[in-house]
Amino acid sequence: MTPPPVVAEDSMRLAEFEARIARDESIEPKDWMPERYRKQLVRMMSQHAHSEVVGMLPEGNWITRAPSLRRKMILIAKVQDEGGHGLYIYCGTETLGVDRHDLVQDLLDGKAKYSSIFNYPTLSWADIGTIGWLVDGAAIVNQTMLAKASYGPYARAMVRICKEENFHKRQGYEIMATLSGGTGAQRAMAQDALNRWWWPSLMMFGPHDADSPNSDELMRWGIKRKSNDELRQRYVNLTIAQAKAIDLTVPDPDLRYDEASGDWITGPIDWDEFWRVVKGNGPCNKERLAARQKAHADGAWVREAAMAYADKKASRTTEAA
Amino acid sequence: MTQSTDRPWPVWEVFTQGKDGEPHQHTGSVHATDAEHALQNARDAYARRNEGVSLWVVPSAAITASTPEDMGPFFDPANDKVYRHPLFYKVPKGVKVF
Amino acid sequence: MADLALFGALARIGDDRLVLGHRTSEWCGHGPILEEDIALSNIALDLIGQANHVLTYAGATEGAGRDQDALAYFRDAADYRNALLCELPNGDFGVTIVRHFLYGVFSVLQWDALSKSTDETLAGIAAKSVKEARYHVRHAGEWVIRLGDGTAESHRRAQDAVDALWAYTGELFVQPADESALVAAGITADVSLLHATWQSQVASVLHRATLTVPASGWMQGGGRTGLHTEHLGHLLAEMQIVARSHPGAKW
Ligand SMILES: [Fe+2]
Ligand SMILES: [Fe+2]
Repeated sequence: MTPPPVVAEDSMRLAEFEARIARDESIEPKDWMPERYRKQLVRMMSQHAHSEVVGMLPEGNWITRAPSLRRKMILIAKVQDEGGHGLYIYCGTETLGVDRHDLVQDLLDGKAKYSSIFNYPTLSWADIGTIGWLVDGAAIVNQTMLAKASYGPYARAMVRICKEENFHKRQGYEIMATLSGGTGAQRAMAQDALNRWWWPSLMMFGPHDADSPNSDELMRWGIKRKSNDELRQRYVNLTIAQAKAIDLTVPDPDLRYDEASGDWITGPIDWDEFWRVVKGNGPCNKERLAARQKAHADGAWVREAAMAYADKKASRTTEAA
Repeated sequence: MTQSTDRPWPVWEVFTQGKDGEPHQHTGSVHATDAEHALQNARDAYARRNEGVSLWVVPSAAITASTPEDMGPFFDPANDKVYRHPLFYKVPKGVKVF
Repeated sequence: MADLALFGALARIGDDRLVLGHRTSEWCGHGPILEEDIALSNIALDLIGQANHVLTYAGATEGAGRDQDALAYFRDAADYRNALLCELPNGDFGVTIVRHFLYGVFSVLQWDALSKSTDETLAGIAAKSVKEARYHVRHAGEWVIRLGDGTAESHRRAQDAVDALWAYTGELFVQPADESALVAAGITADVSLLHATWQSQVASVLHRATLTVPASGWMQGGGRTGLHTEHLGHLLAEMQIVARSHPGAKW
């Protein structure tokens, strides 16, 4: 896919910009940047922020049923962190001259994308362990790379987020280790959750490099530093070892170890499923969007009350002066 | 319905002081309709893990930033004023605390 | 050494926070704006954290080998001792915030009194908790003012919430008869002594919020002796389902 031509942008500035990228300089909000770079960032960052916020829903589904007080507190803190991540990244996106309010509206209108992984249902307590382990694990691989993104505010948000993600992954893996070493029913629950989340977690890295329309441009501008397939491979290698350590099996009969590269090679990913969920027909797309729409609509009077109060206070101060 | 009246909340920049005696540093931003709420939101979003002992919030609109075009005129003149930097000065050997 | 009177008193203190914390956690992911979602989650965490400390200690004083999770997950509604105010459904954001405010002011006063307890463990928990509760009151109180003095709609909703919850505030200040020995020994605090201060603090914020303090009328009660609303059973059914489906399992 050819990007649209860079219209009316001084080619000297573009060359200078690309030289800065090549020197690994950090691009800051007020710096000159090609319109296309700004657009790609807004797209990618807002999708990322939406994913954090929608991602609160599948895990939030188990807060009220967490089986011990410790787990309940950990899960609340974890889901809350995801809200915080959404907040940090929205703020980073706002430095590009867009308004969070408008970005959220795009999400609510179904115009914006978010990570498809959150369109799968959480069906047992083990799903909470699996999400922390696999989904946050995959997110760490991705976000560690993004912490070196060329856009300063994005990279800085990622540095902060990565610190918090380690807690997320550890708590998830700890749940899985406990379940795997627990009663027969707990073990079965853990394996079942892994069976359901394994393939969707591989899809989190996006299509193969050859089928990823935005990848080239994102890499050329240093927004992404590694390709989808490279990141996915890194995730697979890390995760297979972790699954073995807690005696669980990933549901892939074709999985094999490649001596030469030291990589674990998975069987083929079902990209039809990937595109079906992206296009809105995953098991929970409608529920997730409906939940966000409801929270937003229910909160409208609250947001307006705060604005009205601030207005009144401001006019009272003016009168008093 | 409420769409038309749903006005976006203003943005505030958040500065946190990590430890007593350290300077406040920019950590991010929050949306809030007034200073008290901005402070509370900053506390809940950016100091959940004891990251700070003190917080400042400033309406983003109140911040005037230099532009990259200012780079030359603002900062270059300082480049040749080495005498502003403490390391310009010789201190007798052995005097450590200054 | 089993101390059943103290166990009962601790259950009242801990169950309040557990049940209210649980209710608050239902908001996680559904708040009116991202910032407030994060704030409510913090409050839920504080409350459940307080409950965790208190129920751990309760289990120890009971001496029957029950830990905090056995108490939280394997007691039926009739064995819960929380005030009814804490178990009512969240309602809209107005009900949620007004409840946090009304309960929070009580909670600060109670923790403050308990921080002077002759029981060192309880005093320690209270000293930490009172700081958290003060923040909850600041948070909820500031919202009460904004809702009350915001738009016509928010004023109406806030006043409705105050009116609906008011009948559940009296129970907080009824000193249970079976705690008199504990109060005499300076271990727990006589909650009836906190009522006047609570009323004046609440009235002053409601006044700033342009809200009306309801006339005192019939006060609902029963939670302190295990006679609850219909809501608690549902709350516990949800909370306890996983733990009870796997008795003896570790999590
Ligand atoms: Fe996250
Ligand atoms: Fe996470």
